[in-house]
Amino acid sequence: MNSGDTAWVLLSTALVLLMTLPGLAFFYGGLVRRKNVLSILMQCLIILCVISLQWVLFGYSLSFGPDFHGIIGKLDFAGLRGVGPLPNADYAATIPHSAFMIFQAMFAVITPALIIGAYAERVKFSAFLVFTLLWATFVYDPLAHWVWGTGGWLKALGALDFAGGIVVHVSSGISALVLAVMLGKRIGYNHRPIRPHNLPFTVLGAALLWFGWFGFNAGSALAADGLAVNAFITTNTAAAAAGLTWAMIEWWHNGTPTILGGATGAVAGLVAITPACGFVNPMNAIFIGMIVALICYVAIAVVKSKLGYDDSLDAFGVHGVGGIWGTIATGLFAEKAVNAAGNNGFFFGNTHQLLVQGGLVVVTIAFAAIMTWIIFKLVDALIGMRVEEKSEIVGLDLTQQSEAAYTVIE
Amino acid sequence: MKLIVAIIQPHKLDAVKTALEGVDVHLMTVTEVLGQGRQKGFTEVYRGAKEAGGLLKKIRLDIAVNDNFVEPTITAITKGAHTGEVGDGKIFVLDLAECIRISTGERGSTAIG
Repeated sequence: MNSGDTAWVLLSTALVLLMTLPGLAFFYGGLVRRKNVLSILMQCLIILCVISLQWVLFGYSLSFGPDFHGIIGKLDFAGLRGVGPLPNADYAATIPHSAFMIFQAMFAVITPALIIGAYAERVKFSAFLVFTLLWATFVYDPLAHWVWGTGGWLKALGALDFAGGIVVHVSSGISALVLAVMLGKRIGYNHRPIRPHNLPFTVLGAALLWFGWFGFNAGSALAADGLAVNAFITTNTAAAAAGLTWAMIEWWHNGTPTILGGATGAVAGLVAITPACGFVNPMNAIFIGMIVALICYVAIAVVKSKLGYDDSLDAFGVHGVGGIWGTIATGLFAEKAVNAAGNNGFFFGNTHQLLVQGGLVVVTIAFAAIMTWIIFKLVDALIGMRVEEKSEIVGLDLTQQSEAAYTVIE
Repeated sequence: MKLIVAIIQPHKLDAVKTALEGVDVHLMTVTEVLGQGRQKGFTEVYRGAKEAGGLLKKIRLDIAVNDNFVEPTITAITKGAHTGEVGDGKIFVLDLAECIRISTGERGSTAIG
Protein backbone atom coordinates (compact mmCIF):
# COMPACT_ATOMS: atom_id res chain seq x y z
CA MET A 1 0.00 0.00 0.00
CA ASN A 2 1.19 3.48 -0.87
CA SER A 3 -0.43 6.52 0.72
CA GLY A 4 0.73 8.81 -2.11
CA ASP A 5 -0.90 6.59 -4.74
CA THR A 6 -4.08 6.34 -2.70
CA ALA A 7 -4.26 10.11 -2.24
CA TRP A 8 -3.76 10.68 -5.97
CA VAL A 9 -6.44 8.18 -6.96
CA LEU A 10 -8.96 9.65 -4.49
CA LEU A 11 -8.21 13.15 -5.75
CA SER A 12 -8.51 11.92 -9.33
CA THR A 13 -11.88 10.38 -8.48
CA ALA A 14 -13.13 13.79 -7.37
CA LEU A 15 -11.70 15.35 -10.55
CA VAL A 16 -13.58 12.88 -12.75
CA LEU A 17 -16.81 13.57 -10.86
CA LEU A 18 -16.28 17.24 -11.70
CA MET A 19 -16.25 16.32 -15.40
CA THR A 20 -19.87 15.12 -15.34
CA LEU A 21 -21.21 17.76 -12.98
CA PRO A 22 -20.71 20.61 -13.55
CA GLY A 23 -18.27 20.11 -16.47
CA LEU A 24 -20.29 18.21 -19.03
CA ALA A 25 -23.56 19.62 -17.67
CA PHE A 26 -22.47 23.18 -18.47
CA PHE A 27 -20.68 22.23 -21.70
CA TYR A 28 -23.91 20.72 -23.00
CA GLY A 29 -26.22 23.08 -21.07
CA GLY A 30 -24.84 26.13 -22.81
CA LEU A 31 -25.34 24.56 -26.23
CA VAL A 32 -29.08 23.99 -25.94
CA ARG A 33 -31.84 26.56 -26.11
CA ARG A 34 -32.77 28.34 -22.89
CA LYS A 35 -35.99 26.32 -22.57
CA ASN A 36 -34.00 23.08 -22.22
CA VAL A 37 -30.96 23.98 -20.12
CA LEU A 38 -32.34 22.54 -16.89
CA SER A 39 -33.15 19.25 -18.61
CA ILE A 40 -29.45 18.81 -19.39
CA LEU A 41 -28.35 19.67 -15.85
CA MET A 42 -31.01 17.31 -14.47
CA GLN A 43 -29.94 14.44 -16.73
CA CYS A 44 -26.30 14.86 -15.66
CA LEU A 45 -27.21 15.00 -11.97
CA ILE A 46 -29.55 12.02 -12.14
CA ILE A 47 -27.00 9.94 -14.04
CA LEU A 48 -24.51 10.72 -11.28
CA CYS A 49 -27.05 9.51 -8.70
CA VAL A 50 -28.34 6.45 -10.55
CA ILE A 51 -25.05 5.07 -11.81
CA SER A 52 -23.29 5.69 -8.49
CA LEU A 53 -25.87 3.37 -6.92
CA GLN A 54 -25.90 0.88 -9.81
CA TRP A 55 -22.11 0.68 -9.56
CA VAL A 56 -21.84 -0.18 -5.86
CA LEU A 57 -24.84 -2.54 -6.03
CA PHE A 58 -23.80 -4.64 -9.05
CA GLY A 59 -22.19 -2.58 -11.85
CA TYR A 60 -18.68 -2.76 -10.45
CA SER A 61 -18.93 -6.51 -10.09
CA LEU A 62 -20.17 -6.94 -13.68
CA SER A 63 -17.15 -4.98 -14.92
CA PHE A 64 -14.39 -5.99 -12.54
CA GLY A 65 -15.71 -9.06 -10.71
CA PRO A 66 -14.08 -12.47 -11.21
CA ASP A 67 -14.12 -13.31 -14.90
CA PHE A 68 -16.83 -15.44 -16.50
CA HIS A 69 -15.54 -16.76 -19.86
CA GLY A 70 -14.02 -13.42 -20.79
CA ILE A 71 -17.40 -11.75 -21.31
CA ILE A 72 -18.61 -10.49 -17.93
CA GLY A 73 -17.63 -10.21 -14.28
CA LYS A 74 -19.33 -12.52 -11.82
CA LEU A 75 -21.41 -11.03 -9.01
CA ASP A 76 -18.89 -11.80 -6.25
CA PHE A 77 -18.34 -8.06 -5.68
CA ALA A 78 -22.06 -7.16 -5.73
CA GLY A 79 -22.87 -4.83 -2.88
CA LEU A 80 -19.11 -4.32 -2.55
CA ARG A 81 -18.63 -7.69 -0.87
CA GLY A 82 -14.90 -8.12 -0.38
CA VAL A 83 -14.17 -4.68 -1.84
CA GLY A 84 -12.43 -3.04 1.07
CA PRO A 85 -9.19 -1.45 2.22
CA LEU A 86 -6.97 -4.30 1.05
CA PRO A 87 -5.55 -3.92 -2.48
CA ASN A 88 -6.67 -6.07 -5.39
CA ALA A 89 -3.40 -6.84 -7.14
CA ASP A 90 -5.19 -7.63 -10.41
CA TYR A 91 -5.97 -3.94 -10.81
CA ALA A 92 -3.89 -1.80 -8.47
CA ALA A 93 -1.48 -3.31 -5.99
CA THR A 94 -0.67 -0.15 -4.07
CA ILE A 95 -4.11 1.29 -3.26
CA PRO A 96 -7.19 -0.04 -1.49
CA HIS A 97 -9.47 -2.10 -3.74
CA SER A 98 -12.27 0.23 -2.69
CA ALA A 99 -10.30 3.25 -4.00
CA PHE A 100 -10.01 1.58 -7.42
CA MET A 101 -13.74 0.83 -7.28
CA ILE A 102 -14.83 4.42 -6.59
CA PHE A 103 -12.39 5.80 -9.20
CA GLN A 104 -13.97 3.49 -11.78
CA ALA A 105 -17.44 4.55 -10.60
CA MET A 106 -16.89 8.04 -12.00
CA PHE A 107 -16.05 6.58 -15.43
CA ALA A 108 -19.26 4.57 -15.36
CA VAL A 109 -21.10 7.79 -14.52
CA ILE A 110 -19.70 10.03 -17.24
CA THR A 111 -20.04 7.54 -20.10
CA PRO A 112 -23.86 7.47 -20.35
CA ALA A 113 -23.83 11.22 -19.61
CA LEU A 114 -21.86 11.83 -22.81
CA ILE A 115 -24.75 10.33 -24.80
CA ILE A 116 -27.03 13.15 -23.59
CA GLY A 117 -25.61 15.22 -26.45
CA ALA A 118 -27.40 13.03 -29.00
CA TYR A 119 -30.94 13.12 -27.62
CA ALA A 120 -30.86 16.60 -26.08
CA GLU A 121 -33.98 18.75 -26.29
CA ARG A 122 -36.42 15.96 -27.19
CA VAL A 123 -36.05 12.93 -24.91
CA LYS A 124 -38.70 11.96 -22.37
CA PHE A 125 -37.25 11.99 -18.85
CA SER A 126 -38.72 8.66 -17.77
CA ALA A 127 -37.45 6.98 -20.93
CA PHE A 128 -34.03 8.57 -20.48
CA LEU A 129 -33.85 7.15 -16.96
CA VAL A 130 -34.67 3.58 -18.01
CA PHE A 131 -32.45 3.79 -21.10
CA THR A 132 -29.50 5.01 -19.04
CA LEU A 133 -29.77 2.22 -16.49
CA LEU A 134 -30.10 -0.47 -19.17
CA TRP A 135 -27.29 0.99 -21.26
CA ALA A 136 -24.91 1.17 -18.30
CA THR A 137 -25.69 -2.42 -17.35
CA PHE A 138 -25.72 -4.04 -20.79
CA VAL A 139 -23.23 -1.91 -22.75
CA TYR A 140 -20.81 -0.15 -20.42
CA ASP A 141 -20.33 -2.85 -17.81
CA PRO A 142 -19.60 -5.71 -20.24
CA LEU A 143 -17.36 -3.54 -22.42
CA ALA A 144 -15.38 -2.34 -19.40
CA HIS A 145 -14.92 -6.00 -18.48
CA TRP A 146 -13.78 -6.98 -21.98
CA VAL A 147 -11.16 -4.23 -22.18
CA TRP A 148 -10.10 -3.66 -18.56
CA GLY A 149 -11.32 -6.62 -16.51
CA THR A 150 -8.85 -9.34 -15.66
CA GLY A 151 -9.72 -12.18 -18.05
CA GLY A 152 -11.67 -9.90 -20.39
CA TRP A 153 -11.37 -11.19 -23.95
CA LEU A 154 -10.24 -7.94 -25.57
CA LYS A 155 -7.67 -7.37 -22.86
CA ALA A 156 -6.39 -10.88 -23.52
CA LEU A 157 -5.94 -9.98 -27.21
CA GLY A 158 -3.61 -7.15 -26.18
CA ALA A 159 -5.98 -4.20 -26.71
CA LEU A 160 -4.58 -0.92 -25.38
CA ASP A 161 -6.96 1.64 -23.87
CA PHE A 162 -5.23 3.58 -21.13
CA ALA A 163 -8.11 5.69 -19.81
CA GLY A 164 -11.22 4.86 -21.80
CA GLY A 165 -11.00 5.88 -25.44
CA ILE A 166 -12.87 2.72 -26.36
CA VAL A 167 -14.79 1.96 -23.19
CA VAL A 168 -15.95 5.52 -22.60
CA HIS A 169 -15.75 7.52 -25.81
CA VAL A 170 -16.26 5.15 -28.73
CA SER A 171 -19.01 3.28 -26.88
CA SER A 172 -20.93 6.44 -25.96
CA GLY A 173 -20.21 8.14 -29.29
CA ILE A 174 -21.47 5.26 -31.43
CA SER A 175 -24.51 4.82 -29.21
CA ALA A 176 -25.13 8.56 -29.56
CA LEU A 177 -25.17 8.27 -33.35
CA VAL A 178 -27.58 5.34 -33.27
CA LEU A 179 -29.86 7.22 -30.87
CA ALA A 180 -29.76 10.43 -32.90
CA VAL A 181 -30.81 8.54 -36.03
CA MET A 182 -33.51 6.49 -34.30
CA LEU A 183 -34.94 9.40 -32.34
CA GLY A 184 -35.09 11.68 -35.37
CA LYS A 185 -34.38 15.37 -35.73
CA ARG A 186 -35.52 18.11 -33.43
CA ILE A 187 -38.47 20.09 -34.77
CA GLY A 188 -37.19 22.80 -37.10
CA TYR A 189 -33.64 21.41 -37.19
CA ASN A 190 -33.26 21.61 -40.95
CA HIS A 191 -34.56 25.11 -41.44
CA ARG A 192 -31.91 27.04 -39.54
CA PRO A 193 -29.07 26.37 -37.10
CA ILE A 194 -30.24 26.00 -33.50
CA ARG A 195 -28.17 28.60 -31.70
CA PRO A 196 -26.49 27.86 -28.35
CA HIS A 197 -28.22 29.87 -25.61
CA ASN A 198 -25.15 30.50 -23.45
CA LEU A 199 -21.68 29.99 -24.90
CA PRO A 200 -19.94 31.23 -21.73
CA PHE A 201 -21.51 28.19 -19.99
CA THR A 202 -20.12 25.97 -22.72
CA VAL A 203 -16.62 27.40 -22.35
CA LEU A 204 -16.85 27.08 -18.56
CA GLY A 205 -17.90 23.46 -19.00
CA ALA A 206 -15.08 22.76 -21.46
CA ALA A 207 -12.57 24.25 -19.02
CA LEU A 208 -13.89 22.06 -16.20
CA LEU A 209 -13.71 19.03 -18.49
CA TRP A 210 -10.10 19.85 -19.32
CA PHE A 211 -9.30 20.26 -15.61
CA GLY A 212 -11.10 17.08 -14.61
CA TRP A 213 -9.49 15.16 -17.45
CA PHE A 214 -6.17 15.25 -15.57
CA GLY A 215 -7.82 12.94 -13.04
CA PHE A 216 -9.40 10.86 -15.78
CA ASN A 217 -6.15 10.25 -17.68
CA ALA A 218 -3.30 10.75 -15.21
CA GLY A 219 -5.38 9.08 -12.50
CA SER A 220 -5.68 6.02 -14.72
CA ALA A 221 -2.03 5.29 -13.95
CA LEU A 222 -3.49 4.34 -10.54
CA ALA A 223 -0.29 5.59 -8.96
CA ALA A 224 1.43 8.92 -8.37
CA ASP A 225 4.38 8.06 -10.58
CA GLY A 226 6.20 8.95 -13.79
CA LEU A 227 3.57 7.29 -15.94
CA ALA A 228 0.88 9.48 -14.37
CA VAL A 229 3.01 12.54 -15.16
CA ASN A 230 3.44 11.39 -18.77
CA ALA A 231 -0.33 10.97 -19.08
CA PHE A 232 -0.85 14.40 -17.52
CA ILE A 233 1.51 16.06 -20.02
CA THR A 234 0.22 14.23 -23.11
CA THR A 235 -3.35 15.11 -22.06
CA ASN A 236 -2.63 18.81 -21.78
CA THR A 237 -0.53 18.84 -24.94
CA ALA A 238 -3.11 17.09 -27.12
CA ALA A 239 -5.91 19.35 -25.86
CA ALA A 240 -3.83 22.43 -26.60
CA ALA A 241 -2.88 21.24 -30.08
CA ALA A 242 -6.47 20.33 -30.93
CA GLY A 243 -8.02 23.56 -29.59
CA LEU A 244 -5.58 25.68 -31.56
CA THR A 245 -5.90 23.58 -34.71
CA TRP A 246 -9.71 23.73 -34.66
CA ALA A 247 -9.69 27.52 -34.34
CA MET A 248 -7.16 27.78 -37.18
CA ILE A 249 -9.24 25.52 -39.42
CA GLU A 250 -12.28 27.72 -38.79
CA TRP A 251 -10.28 30.84 -39.47
CA TRP A 252 -9.26 29.44 -42.82
CA HIS A 253 -12.63 27.83 -43.67
CA ASN A 254 -15.12 30.40 -42.32
CA GLY A 255 -13.07 33.56 -42.04
CA THR A 256 -13.13 33.79 -38.22
CA PRO A 257 -12.01 31.58 -35.34
CA THR A 258 -14.73 30.93 -32.72
CA ILE A 259 -14.64 30.18 -29.00
CA LEU A 260 -17.10 27.33 -29.55
CA GLY A 261 -14.68 25.89 -32.09
CA GLY A 262 -11.67 26.30 -29.81
CA ALA A 263 -13.51 24.69 -26.89
CA THR A 264 -14.86 21.87 -29.05
CA GLY A 265 -11.39 21.25 -30.44
CA ALA A 266 -9.87 21.08 -26.97
CA VAL A 267 -12.46 18.51 -25.87
CA ALA A 268 -11.84 16.50 -29.05
CA GLY A 269 -8.13 16.55 -28.24
CA LEU A 270 -8.84 15.28 -24.73
CA VAL A 271 -10.99 12.50 -26.17
CA ALA A 272 -8.34 11.42 -28.68
CA ILE A 273 -5.49 11.33 -26.18
CA THR A 274 -7.53 9.33 -23.63
CA PRO A 275 -6.66 5.80 -24.88
CA ALA A 276 -3.12 6.88 -25.77
CA CYS A 277 -2.06 9.13 -22.88
CA GLY A 278 -0.13 6.46 -20.97
CA PHE A 279 1.47 4.87 -24.03
CA VAL A 280 2.69 7.76 -26.21
CA ASN A 281 5.18 10.58 -25.75
CA PRO A 282 4.21 14.27 -25.65
CA MET A 283 5.54 15.08 -29.14
CA ASN A 284 3.26 12.49 -30.70
CA ALA A 285 0.43 13.86 -28.54
CA ILE A 286 0.73 17.09 -30.54
CA PHE A 287 0.15 15.13 -33.74
CA ILE A 288 -2.77 13.19 -32.23
CA GLY A 289 -4.36 16.50 -31.17
CA MET A 290 -3.90 18.24 -34.51
CA ILE A 291 -5.32 15.34 -36.50
CA VAL A 292 -8.34 14.87 -34.24
CA ALA A 293 -9.29 18.52 -34.72
CA LEU A 294 -9.19 18.07 -38.49
CA ILE A 295 -11.15 14.80 -38.50
CA CYS A 296 -13.82 15.95 -36.03
CA TYR A 297 -14.22 19.27 -37.80
CA VAL A 298 -14.91 17.50 -41.08
CA ALA A 299 -17.28 15.06 -39.32
CA ILE A 300 -19.29 17.84 -37.67
CA ALA A 301 -19.18 20.77 -40.09
CA VAL A 302 -19.25 18.85 -43.36
CA VAL A 303 -20.36 15.20 -43.06
CA LYS A 304 -23.12 15.70 -40.46
CA SER A 305 -24.89 18.36 -42.51
CA LYS A 306 -24.61 16.25 -45.66
CA LEU A 307 -26.07 13.13 -44.01
CA GLY A 308 -28.65 15.17 -42.12
CA TYR A 309 -28.85 13.33 -38.78
CA ASP A 310 -29.38 15.50 -35.70
CA ASP A 311 -26.61 14.62 -33.24
CA SER A 312 -27.72 17.70 -31.35
CA LEU A 313 -24.56 18.50 -29.37
CA ASP A 314 -22.15 16.38 -31.45
CA ALA A 315 -21.67 13.55 -28.98
CA PHE A 316 -20.80 11.28 -31.92
CA GLY A 317 -18.84 13.90 -33.81
CA VAL A 318 -16.55 14.61 -30.86
CA HIS A 319 -16.54 11.46 -28.71
CA GLY A 320 -17.22 8.78 -31.30
CA VAL A 321 -15.01 10.11 -34.07
CA GLY A 322 -12.34 11.43 -31.69
CA GLY A 323 -12.33 8.18 -29.71
CA ILE A 324 -11.91 6.08 -32.85
CA TRP A 325 -8.98 8.20 -34.00
CA GLY A 326 -7.42 8.05 -30.51
CA THR A 327 -7.73 4.27 -30.39
CA ILE A 328 -6.15 3.90 -33.83
CA ALA A 329 -3.49 6.49 -32.95
CA THR A 330 -2.59 4.39 -29.90
CA GLY A 331 -1.82 1.56 -32.32
CA LEU A 332 0.38 3.95 -34.31
CA PHE A 333 2.30 5.82 -31.60
CA ALA A 334 2.42 3.54 -28.54
CA GLU A 335 5.95 2.77 -27.38
CA LYS A 336 7.34 0.57 -24.67
CA ALA A 337 9.84 3.29 -23.83
CA VAL A 338 6.90 5.25 -22.35
CA ASN A 339 5.12 2.33 -20.72
CA ALA A 340 6.76 -1.06 -20.46
CA ALA A 341 3.41 -2.63 -19.58
CA GLY A 342 2.02 -1.42 -22.92
CA ASN A 343 3.33 -2.29 -26.34
CA ASN A 344 4.98 -0.77 -29.39
CA GLY A 345 2.75 0.60 -32.12
CA PHE A 346 3.07 0.72 -35.90
CA PHE A 347 5.69 3.48 -35.95
CA PHE A 348 7.79 1.49 -33.48
CA GLY A 349 7.84 -1.64 -35.60
CA ASN A 350 4.71 -3.44 -34.38
CA THR A 351 2.03 -3.59 -37.06
CA HIS A 352 0.15 -6.17 -35.02
CA GLN A 353 -0.80 -3.55 -32.40
CA LEU A 354 -2.43 -1.41 -35.08
CA LEU A 355 -4.52 -4.38 -36.22
CA VAL A 356 -5.55 -5.11 -32.63
CA GLN A 357 -6.62 -1.49 -32.14
CA GLY A 358 -8.56 -1.57 -35.43
CA GLY A 359 -10.29 -4.76 -34.37
CA LEU A 360 -11.07 -3.18 -31.01
CA VAL A 361 -12.80 -0.31 -32.77
CA VAL A 362 -14.83 -2.61 -35.04
CA VAL A 363 -15.97 -4.81 -32.16
CA THR A 364 -16.94 -1.81 -30.03
CA ILE A 365 -18.86 -0.14 -32.86
CA ALA A 366 -20.80 -3.33 -33.59
CA PHE A 367 -21.52 -4.10 -29.94
CA ALA A 368 -22.53 -0.56 -28.95
CA ALA A 369 -24.66 -0.05 -32.05
CA ILE A 370 -26.56 -3.33 -31.78
CA MET A 371 -27.16 -3.06 -28.05
CA THR A 372 -28.25 0.56 -28.28
CA TRP A 373 -30.67 -0.36 -31.07
CA ILE A 374 -32.18 -3.13 -28.92
CA ILE A 375 -32.44 -1.01 -25.78
CA PHE A 376 -33.94 1.88 -27.74
CA LYS A 377 -36.59 -0.37 -29.30
CA LEU A 378 -37.43 -1.82 -25.90
CA VAL A 379 -37.73 1.49 -24.08
CA ASP A 380 -39.52 3.10 -27.00
CA ALA A 381 -42.12 0.33 -26.98
CA LEU A 382 -42.57 0.44 -23.20
CA ILE A 383 -42.47 4.17 -22.51
CA GLY A 384 -41.79 6.10 -25.72
CA MET A 385 -38.36 7.72 -26.05
CA ARG A 386 -39.46 11.06 -27.43
CA VAL A 387 -41.65 13.74 -25.90
CA GLU A 388 -44.80 14.89 -27.68
CA GLU A 389 -44.44 17.60 -30.30
CA LYS A 390 -46.09 20.21 -28.08
CA SER A 391 -43.75 19.43 -25.17
CA GLU A 392 -40.75 19.74 -27.43
CA ILE A 393 -41.89 23.15 -28.63
CA VAL A 394 -42.61 24.43 -25.12
CA GLY A 395 -39.33 22.95 -23.87
CA LEU A 396 -38.31 20.10 -21.59
CA ASP A 397 -37.68 22.30 -18.55
CA LEU A 398 -41.35 23.20 -18.21
CA THR A 399 -42.88 19.99 -19.55
CA GLN A 400 -40.60 17.37 -17.96
CA GLN A 401 -39.57 19.22 -14.79
CA SER A 402 -42.10 22.02 -14.19
CA GLU A 403 -39.43 24.67 -13.75
CA ALA A 404 -37.68 27.37 -15.74
CA ALA A 405 -34.02 28.40 -15.72
CA TYR A 406 -34.49 32.08 -16.40
CA THR A 407 -37.20 34.49 -15.37
CA VAL A 408 -38.08 37.34 -17.68
CA ILE A 409 -40.16 39.13 -15.07
CA GLU A 410 -39.33 38.76 -11.40
CA MET B 1 -50.05 64.46 -27.68
CA LYS B 2 -47.70 62.21 -29.61
CA LEU B 3 -45.91 58.96 -28.89
CA ILE B 4 -42.38 58.99 -30.26
CA VAL B 5 -40.85 55.56 -30.85
CA ALA B 6 -37.14 55.56 -31.70
CA ILE B 7 -34.96 52.61 -32.64
CA ILE B 8 -31.29 53.45 -32.12
CA GLN B 9 -27.85 51.86 -31.85
CA PRO B 10 -27.24 50.55 -28.30
CA HIS B 11 -23.98 52.46 -27.93
CA LYS B 12 -25.76 55.74 -28.71
CA LEU B 13 -28.19 55.52 -25.77
CA ASP B 14 -26.11 57.74 -23.48
CA ALA B 15 -25.69 60.45 -26.12
CA VAL B 16 -29.42 60.40 -26.92
CA LYS B 17 -30.37 60.58 -23.25
CA THR B 18 -28.05 63.55 -22.70
CA ALA B 19 -29.48 65.32 -25.74
CA LEU B 20 -33.06 64.69 -24.55
CA GLU B 21 -32.27 66.08 -21.13
CA GLY B 22 -30.93 69.17 -22.91
CA VAL B 23 -34.42 69.85 -24.32
CA ASP B 24 -36.16 69.04 -21.02
CA VAL B 25 -37.43 65.61 -21.99
CA HIS B 26 -36.85 63.35 -19.02
CA LEU B 27 -39.50 60.66 -19.14
CA MET B 28 -38.91 57.65 -21.36
CA THR B 29 -39.16 53.87 -21.46
CA VAL B 30 -36.11 52.01 -22.76
CA THR B 31 -36.13 48.40 -24.00
CA GLU B 32 -33.59 46.10 -25.58
CA VAL B 33 -34.90 44.82 -28.90
CA LEU B 34 -33.68 42.85 -31.91
CA GLY B 35 -34.08 44.06 -35.44
CA GLN B 36 -32.63 44.59 -38.85
CA GLY B 37 -32.83 47.31 -41.44
CA ARG B 38 -30.69 48.20 -44.44
CA GLN B 39 -27.66 47.34 -42.31
CA LYS B 40 -28.65 43.62 -42.32
CA GLY B 41 -27.33 41.29 -39.62
CA PHE B 42 -24.05 39.56 -39.01
CA THR B 43 -23.40 36.00 -40.09
CA GLU B 44 -23.09 33.68 -37.12
CA VAL B 45 -21.30 30.31 -37.29
CA TYR B 46 -21.76 27.46 -34.79
CA ARG B 47 -19.55 24.42 -35.40
CA GLY B 48 -19.63 25.14 -39.09
CA ALA B 49 -23.39 25.73 -39.30
CA LYS B 50 -23.90 29.22 -40.70
CA GLU B 51 -26.76 31.57 -40.01
CA ALA B 52 -26.70 34.63 -42.23
CA GLY B 53 -28.47 37.83 -41.27
CA GLY B 54 -29.01 37.18 -37.59
CA LEU B 55 -30.91 40.05 -35.98
CA LEU B 56 -28.94 42.86 -34.38
CA LYS B 57 -29.30 44.30 -30.90
CA LYS B 58 -31.03 47.69 -30.86
CA ILE B 59 -32.47 50.01 -28.26
CA ARG B 60 -36.07 51.14 -28.44
CA LEU B 61 -37.17 54.38 -26.76
CA ASP B 62 -40.84 55.13 -26.08
CA ILE B 63 -41.40 58.78 -25.29
CA ALA B 64 -44.81 60.43 -24.86
CA VAL B 65 -44.74 64.24 -25.38
CA ASN B 66 -47.03 67.19 -25.79
CA ASP B 67 -47.21 68.60 -29.32
CA ASN B 68 -44.81 71.49 -28.68
CA PHE B 69 -42.10 69.01 -27.60
CA VAL B 70 -42.28 66.83 -30.74
CA GLU B 71 -39.73 68.69 -32.88
CA PRO B 72 -37.20 69.29 -30.06
CA THR B 73 -37.43 65.57 -29.17
CA ILE B 74 -36.84 64.48 -32.76
CA THR B 75 -33.92 66.90 -33.06
CA ALA B 76 -32.37 65.65 -29.82
CA ILE B 77 -32.67 61.96 -30.75
CA THR B 78 -31.25 62.62 -34.21
CA LYS B 79 -28.35 64.62 -32.75
CA GLY B 80 -27.52 61.92 -30.21
CA ALA B 81 -27.92 58.88 -32.45
CA HIS B 82 -26.51 60.15 -35.76
CA THR B 83 -23.32 58.70 -37.25
CA GLY B 84 -24.30 58.85 -40.92
CA GLU B 85 -23.88 55.11 -41.38
CA VAL B 86 -26.62 52.56 -42.14
CA GLY B 87 -27.95 51.14 -38.89
CA ASP B 88 -28.40 54.48 -37.10
CA GLY B 89 -32.08 53.62 -36.71
CA LYS B 90 -35.48 55.25 -37.18
CA ILE B 91 -37.91 57.55 -35.41
CA PHE B 92 -41.68 57.01 -35.62
CA VAL B 93 -44.24 59.58 -34.47
CA LEU B 94 -47.71 58.31 -33.54
CA ASP B 95 -50.87 60.11 -32.42
CA LEU B 96 -51.57 59.49 -28.76
CA ALA B 97 -55.23 59.24 -27.78
CA GLU B 98 -54.93 59.50 -24.02
CA CYS B 99 -52.45 59.55 -21.16
CA ILE B 100 -53.24 58.79 -17.52
CA ARG B 101 -50.85 59.20 -14.58
CA ILE B 102 -51.64 56.24 -12.35
CA SER B 103 -50.56 57.81 -9.05
CA THR B 104 -52.81 60.88 -9.27
CA GLY B 105 -55.36 60.00 -11.89
CA GLU B 106 -54.44 63.10 -13.95
CA ARG B 107 -55.27 62.84 -17.63
CA GLY B 108 -54.09 64.33 -20.92
CA SER B 109 -51.37 66.94 -21.35
CA THR B 110 -50.79 67.49 -17.64
CA ALA B 111 -50.12 63.79 -17.12
CA ILE B 112 -47.39 63.58 -19.75
CA GLY B 113 -44.55 65.73 -18.44
